[in-house]
Amino acid sequence: MDLGPYTSFIATSYLAVLLVVVLLIGWIALDYRAQKARLRTLEQSGISRRSGRSAADIR
Amino acid sequence: MALLDLANPSRFLTLAARLLPWLAAVTIVLLAAGLYLSATAPDDYQQGATVKIMFIHVPNAWLSMFVWGIMSVASLGTLVWRHPLADVAAKAAAPIGASFTFLALVTGSLWGRPMWGTYWEWDARLTSVLILFLMYLGLIALWRAVEDPSRAARAAAVLTLVGAINLPIIKFSVDWWNTLHQPASVMRMGGSTLDKAFLIPLLAMAIAFSFLFVTLHVAAMRNEILRRRVRSLQMQQARAFVSEVSAGTSAPTQIIGAA
Repeated sequence: MDLGPYTSFIATSYLAVLLVVVLLIGWIALDYRAQKARLRTLEQSGISRRSGRSAADIR
Repeated sequence: MALLDLANPSRFLTLAARLLPWLAAVTIVLLAAGLYLSATAPDDYQQGATVKIMFIHVPNAWLSMFVWGIMSVASLGTLVWRHPLADVAAKAAAPIGASFTFLALVTGSLWGRPMWGTYWEWDARLTSVLILFLMYLGLIALWRAVEDPSRAARAAAVLTLVGAINLPIIKFSVDWWNTLHQPASVMRMGGSTLDKAFLIPLLAMAIAFSFLFVTLHVAAMRNEILRRRVRSLQMQQARAFVSEVSAGTSAPTQIIGAA
């Protein structure tokens, strides 16, 4: 695929989108793990929800 | 499951756990198809291969406005109906919308340099999109600045609805003012002026990016619900700590996660 004289502009655009989307996915995935870990730690210390159900188990 | 059932955060979490793998799979397939169609699209007779930037610039630009629109509807849900998931939806959407707006600005700039001869011009379209980006950042800062989520939600909802005035300004800026940015060529009265060779890959990428947004939004909403559960349990723990201390009982338990 020949992109001509503007290859750098096209490639940079697609790389920028890839980078931001990967960062967004990574941030959301890490945040999920962090919240689950905090909930497990709280539950292990004896704090539970009023309903009695586990806050970390969402299935 | 009725739509009203989704007002229950626990039911939303159950649904999200079931939906997310499917949403992610569909998004990957659609993105692969969209990228293939974009890569095999012909060069434009005037713009050459730089037309390929359009396939990522336009979906990001559309989504930058669409996400604010979603947040505006959610803000109505917060202020009018006090829907329990409305402010969760708005808060979770803001960083994703800010990312799409940032990408619309960056890819537009990279497309503008070879086509217009400049990365940036303070014309109505570019400036109004930059204002949208700054408003996203302002909303994110507001949510982080106010500790109580329900208080932050009301202030953010008002700001979001006021900011929605910018959406028609962005959309019609190219018609109301003489701008360097081209007028609408897809969503316009009289139909698209784009040739099918460009329109099909563009729509494929727009659908793919829309699914990407839905997937990320559902995942981010799930995180926000869990964050609020953490906060709720920490407050419960703090109350237990205070009552133990005031009752003068044995050494109180350590507050987990407290600063």
